[in-house]
Amino acid sequence: MSKEKNSIMSWIDKRFPLTANWKAHLTEYYAPKNFNFWYYFGSLAFLVLVNQFITGIFLTMNYKPDAGLAFSSVEYIMRDVDYGWLIRYMHSTGASMFFVVVYLHMFRGMMYGSYRKPRELLWLIGMGIFFVLMSLAFTGYILPWGQMSYWGAQVIVSMFGAIPVIGDTLSHWLLGDFMLSDAALNRFFAYHVVTLPILLLVLVVVHIIALHEVGSNNPDGIEIKANRDPQTNIPVDGIPFHPYYTVKDIFGVIAFLIVFSGIIFFAPEFGGYFLEHNNFIPANTLQTPDHIAPVWYFTPYYSMLRAVTINFLGVDAKLWGVILMAASVIIFAFLPWLDRSPVKSIRYKGPIFKFALAMFVLSFVVLGFLGMKSPTPLYTLLAQIFTFIYFAFFILMPWYSKIDKTKPEPTRVKE
Amino acid sequence: MNKIKIIVIIFLLAPLAAFAAEPGMPLDPAPIDSKDNESLQRGAETFVNYCLTCHGASYMRYNRHRDLGYSEPEMLKKLVLTDQKVGDLMLSSMREKEGEQWFGVVPPDLSVTARARGADWLYTYLRAFYRDESTVSGWNNLVFDRVAMPHVLWELQGEQILVTETAGNDGGGKDVQKLHLEVPGTLTTAEYDQYVADLVNYMVYLSEPVANYRKELGIYVMLFLFFMLGLTYALKREYWRDIH
Repeated sequence: MSKEKNSIMSWIDKRFPLTANWKAHLTEYYAPKNFNFWYYFGSLAFLVLVNQFITGIFLTMNYKPDAGLAFSSVEYIMRDVDYGWLIRYMHSTGASMFFVVVYLHMFRGMMYGSYRKPRELLWLIGMGIFFVLMSLAFTGYILPWGQMSYWGAQVIVSMFGAIPVIGDTLSHWLLGDFMLSDAALNRFFAYHVVTLPILLLVLVVVHIIALHEVGSNNPDGIEIKANRDPQTNIPVDGIPFHPYYTVKDIFGVIAFLIVFSGIIFFAPEFGGYFLEHNNFIPANTLQTPDHIAPVWYFTPYYSMLRAVTINFLGVDAKLWGVILMAASVIIFAFLPWLDRSPVKSIRYKGPIFKFALAMFVLSFVVLGFLGMKSPTPLYTLLAQIFTFIYFAFFILMPWYSKIDKTKPEPTRVKE
Repeated sequence: MNKIKIIVIIFLLAPLAAFAAEPGMPLDPAPIDSKDNESLQRGAETFVNYCLTCHGASYMRYNRHRDLGYSEPEMLKKLVLTDQKVGDLMLSSMREKEGEQWFGVVPPDLSVTARARGADWLYTYLRAFYRDESTVSGWNNLVFDRVAMPHVLWELQGEQILVTETAGNDGGGKDVQKLHLEVPGTLTTAEYDQYVADLVNYMVYLSEPVANYRKELGIYVMLFLFFMLGLTYALKREYWRDIH
């Protein structure tokens, strides 16, 4: 039996490096043994990706990308397609959970300095995934063609219109029309189900290849490859990804599925945060809703967009808002070069960094909250203050990370 | 490290605190029970008699009402009041053009209205009509100002008028607008409230017919997952015994 199996494997291996890949990426990929709670979110992001692909394919079979039919086709999925409601809720909840796990995954990287040398490129590829994910969320949210789909998209599209000189042409080119209409719905559908998923999948594979090249960081932020067993050349603090982290991640998957199913089965709208109430009203091109708010995962950036209220340096306030919003996302990409601390992990960083990170988290959450609310003078002022703090975290990092009082790093990882 | 973890978790849960925020106007909580089939059936019959004349519920099929305990002959007798078939969608008996001519707007489809507005809004709205001669229909609504819809259930509720009372005897209080039943209808106030509650109960069902089954299935899924959680935890511990 085993001989037979070996002969099949060797037949394949002569034609495709299956065993070599299995070893390189699983059984002989050595990951640090001290991964904690925060290290579940990478594999969970992959789980959600698979969920979105599978449920998305089934939704595509029944959805109609037509301004006259889109809304009712979603209700048709909810009522007449067998278990269509489950597929749709898995997809809509999956969209929000994708951002939950990706935000936690990114926060993990910020805490333990996972973006530092030699993982700069890994971080940049991750940023690429984040941009694609945001585009997927945006194009996907338009598809049900409810009031929020329509007017939320209207806000985003008008941002392109704020770009000087080419703005109008660019937004017409994006929409395929002079306004948001059936033509735009069709092309956003194409981006959502073809272009962006392919791009996402490619980037995820590239992300994993890059990760396996440099090796995983860990909560201590030290390189396990620096300390190898002289005989086997295996890092002494490393353990094979399979079976150790596969069994651990399966446990994480089940824990995640409990939260995920809790939302799907008992609170699929999640109080209007995952499925907005106004999106149960079909898109009406003539009636602007009183209050337009994007879905929760975009609200921090939306707050920053609205925070600029004055024209400045001869540039329109709206354009400044767009610039600030774009910068608030892109600035993450510069982290590897902004951080000048001699240590990577928060465990050995000093009080200034800990305070700065806490302020960053606070500003992200407060801006997220403000982005859901209608602006009042107080809210706008708060948005301005926290936008300032948000950017200060990044822009001042080269200085405060240098002068911060760090602790010495250990040579071996701790439990 | 743990402190940070706790802080982050608190921040992530913070939006939950805002769930009940932004009232706009105080709404009465709708006394509804999604498992009360009698109430749902009463609501369904009110819906087809009154609402479906002008509004559609065009994402819903009549025969879906088996969920509420109807047999097909019962549905045909009690719910299908036009010449439609039992498997048809619940379309309005009025044409869109006519609606626009009569009311100025096409009456919106009511299939998912309860999900857009919420049960409490509907419950308050349907009880908040009052006489107002300045509008086209002669009716106005405290929740939805200058709504195009006249008070369809007025014979049951009677006619309310809006009165302005000054709170506090010293005269320094704020003016409060209250509804006063001027002409009683065929139902008492308590009966009418129940009548509306049944209708709202049905409209909540209508907006997501699968909701009860969804929650029921959810319990089994959760039981299975908790069992799997124990199993996978034991598996992880078994494998990790030799890692120190």
